[in-house]
Amino acid sequence: MNYKTHSQSMALTGQPPKNITRNQKFATLVGMFGLAVMLLAAFNVSFPNKTLWLTISLSALFTGILWFSWEAYSQKLPGIKNDGVWFKSISSQGLWGWIAGIALTGFYIILYFYPEYLGLASKGSNKGVIALFDPLSKALSGNPASQWFVYGTLYTVAILAFGVKFLWKYRHNRYERLRTLSVMFFQTAFAFIIPELMARLNGDKLLNGGSLPYYDLKNVWPLNYYNFEGYRIKGFLSSGDIGFALLIFGILSIFVITPILTYKYGKRWYCSWVCGCGGLAETAGDSFRQLSDKSVKAWRIERWVVHSVVVFVTLMTTAVIYSYLGTDTSKYWLTKSTFLIGVASLLTLVFGWVMLFKREQLQKDAQYGAIGYFVIIMALIGFHFFSGEGYVFLFKSETLRKSYSFLIGSIFSGVIGTGFYPIFGNRVWCRFGCPMAAMLGFQQRLFSRFRITTNGGQCISCGSCSTYCEMGIDVRAYAQKGENIVRSSCVGCGICSAVCPRGVLKLENGPQKGRIDSNQVLLGNDVDLMDLVNQK
Amino acid sequence: MENIVIIGNGIAGVTAARHIRKLSDKRIIIISAETDHFFSRTALMYVYMGHMKFEHIQPYEDWFWEKNRIELVRGYVTQVNTEEKKLILDNVSSLHYDKLIIATGSKPNKFGWPGQDLHGVQGLYSKQDLDLLEVNAPNKEVCERAVIVGGGLIGIELAEMLRSRDIPVTFLVRETSFWNGVLPEGESQMINEHILEHHIDLRLGTNLKEIVSDENGRVKSVIIADTNEEIPCNLVGLTAGVTPNVDFLKDSCIKLGRGVKVNRFLETNIKDIYAIGDCAEQHEAIGNRRPIEAVWYTGRMMGETLAQTICGNRIAYNPGHWFNSAKFLDIEYQTYGWVFSERRKETHEMHFHWRHPEEKICITIAFHQDSKQFLGINTFGIRMRHEVFDRWLKEERTVDFVLEHLADANFDPEFYKKYEPDIVSKYNIDFGTSIKPKKKSLKRIFQFN
Repeated sequence: MNYKTHSQSMALTGQPPKNITRNQKFATLVGMFGLAVMLLAAFNVSFPNKTLWLTISLSALFTGILWFSWEAYSQKLPGIKNDGVWFKSISSQGLWGWIAGIALTGFYIILYFYPEYLGLASKGSNKGVIALFDPLSKALSGNPASQWFVYGTLYTVAILAFGVKFLWKYRHNRYERLRTLSVMFFQTAFAFIIPELMARLNGDKLLNGGSLPYYDLKNVWPLNYYNFEGYRIKGFLSSGDIGFALLIFGILSIFVITPILTYKYGKRWYCSWVCGCGGLAETAGDSFRQLSDKSVKAWRIERWVVHSVVVFVTLMTTAVIYSYLGTDTSKYWLTKSTFLIGVASLLTLVFGWVMLFKREQLQKDAQYGAIGYFVIIMALIGFHFFSGEGYVFLFKSETLRKSYSFLIGSIFSGVIGTGFYPIFGNRVWCRFGCPMAAMLGFQQRLFSRFRITTNGGQCISCGSCSTYCEMGIDVRAYAQKGENIVRSSCVGCGICSAVCPRGVLKLENGPQKGRIDSNQVLLGNDVDLMDLVNQK
Repeated sequence: MENIVIIGNGIAGVTAARHIRKLSDKRIIIISAETDHFFSRTALMYVYMGHMKFEHIQPYEDWFWEKNRIELVRGYVTQVNTEEKKLILDNVSSLHYDKLIIATGSKPNKFGWPGQDLHGVQGLYSKQDLDLLEVNAPNKEVCERAVIVGGGLIGIELAEMLRSRDIPVTFLVRETSFWNGVLPEGESQMINEHILEHHIDLRLGTNLKEIVSDENGRVKSVIIADTNEEIPCNLVGLTAGVTPNVDFLKDSCIKLGRGVKVNRFLETNIKDIYAIGDCAEQHEAIGNRRPIEAVWYTGRMMGETLAQTICGNRIAYNPGHWFNSAKFLDIEYQTYGWVFSERRKETHEMHFHWRHPEEKICITIAFHQDSKQFLGINTFGIRMRHEVFDRWLKEERTVDFVLEHLADANFDPEFYKKYEPDIVSKYNIDFGTSIKPKKKSLKRIFQFN
């Protein structure tokens, strides 16, 4: 049925109808040279002047990406640049897509589980590629590099270089440009530089001699699921007023700042303007957004998986905090039992509010899921509370923490989430795995002013919006009914609106009344007929 | 159970089927010779350009049809026997109907040019045309130059498609300026400039004389009327409009004009036979509309309307205020209400035109000379809110009101530069008014208090 419009080829340069230019081949070479330096370092080729070679390597990477992008867009008029996306092997799940996917996945496996192959030394000085990054790390924090520093640097380079590419690609679209500048800023400042500089304060009298845990301030629980683990709480509490303020900030982020911003602007304020995972997906991952699965089946799987992760992270965090709390109320007001009662009350409150006021907005399976999970959690808490035996959620808190960190923190967010960009699209983690995205999405769906407005009857069902939705939302299914798009997964990247050839979609914040609507007969037809059929 | 048969699985036929299913339990059968499943015809271009695969331009997943009990039949209707209420498919099988909906769309116009049936000469309308284009013009090595004949919406789309593969394009346009039978002069002029920016060899006021064959019956070149210039090419795109696809009905009792003749209820001269979409021709035009409307939205609206009639609520096709949209290469175009070109407009229709000094952005507002009633707006490079303009047209607002509240109608993405102050100040200069543009108001836009 599907007419194949081209033959897949192994050539990186592609073949007609889509060639890359000679200059783009040179640019690729320059970028590859930058990678090659790191690869050689990884194989313990010792570069004499590490500062120089690191500079050369990173500059080559930057230059390669920028040059390639400049060649791609500078000669073209401003506008949508999706010509040949499905003809290129790298962006259409072709051979190069698979090669890139496997290479990235391999990199993540080494990074998370075998950092010694990158040259991490438990004793003595670093070797390999990590040693290559020592000079930069020392300049920032004063400490030698770790595998996470190498990763953080490359991550930032990727967001900056591909960010510039994105800025050129969408130079006609101010929403896209501002959003991209924002993620570039937050990655560089908040995720990369500030935490490294904060590390310099450790032991300083400003912190009462304490030392702060590594803290990317824009990472909110449950995305940084480890924020309330015992060692971090100790770190915060040992670091004087500043440490205490940071701890309070971490809690306020979850319960106050996040809901308010999501109410006003939708979850996009975070997912596509601030977040680092989102930042990488929107810049380096932009070429893969069309690969997300739009089927109803994928949506159903998404809902179950991502909300199960939310349940998992809630259980895990509760168990971890519970494990280090005391029982003596005279020492500290927050004890094991007050904490459990608090968690149970909060969950009951949220559950009750949704079931009483928002039930009609939930799909059947969402209602079953919510009730099922709620009953199980409450039963476990109640059982433990009244019997006082065993672990609060059947397993030792450390087991829960380790499994979460392994399954979700490493495998899902890194290996699958980023490694599989070229196979499943650039937002696999955000869509199926990220508990933060799920919680923000919950708020976005149930109490937010944000929506994507469908412009009356202008939709021609072309499918560009759905194809280029990185979250796999079938945008067209709503637009062609004249219905606004209010989906919990929508990260507000604005690409559906950008690629629409008919000006049908607009991301905007407005009154909640009439935000979610459905028209049987679209605007433009007989007024009486529309009234008759659309009566609700 | 009543048997509803629909010929054609385009937007008109499929919309009718969906709405009949919503309203009833009737048996629904859709026949198509073109494809197994409904697709968005207007998006065919994006498949050739590599923006999407063919599966992406199908609005419903394949399970949709069975789940909604809409039966799909692949075949070509060769005969309609209105006496026995029977269709003949591909001259062999037959199918009974209780009610028949003809929604067979259009086919490209051919005006009897010498050589118009050569290999390498084609229109761009159907899935088969797209497949053929992949054969005729897969890349710039096979197709060293293409000539497009006919300066309308499909012509410029075909030019954009071919340019996406770096194929040199010569674009023959009969009119003295692109699409100036529809667009006012300023807009048409801006599109001319944009076509040239895209390195398309635009030939205005140029007619095709003949298409020349090589020894294998393939197109070798075209010859231009008057100058007799010969342009070598490997593809000739015929995009001089479309005409209803109704030849298969010629021997039936159904009354035809250019299309299938229908009354306001979309009923043909034969009981229980209806026609909708591109192939339907109104006995009398509705308002300023043409008797045959080959537009996506009108096909959809006719489908919505006819479903009511079929399901017992007989209702006339009574479309609301006119609207349409298109995209010319990188420039989006929207229109609400009526703005006529200099060629077609009546004397009372006044125009206000504003164009951005550098960018390819402009608008034209039409209004009544005496009453100053707002008649319509064309916008290029600015998106407008359908609902707001529909309301203003219904409320018969004046042009001054529209300009004062123009910010309410803006539908551009957030943070885009706003042009309302520039537009209004130009209007004030042109017409000696002193309108102050109001700020955008969510209250007015969404009509809440």
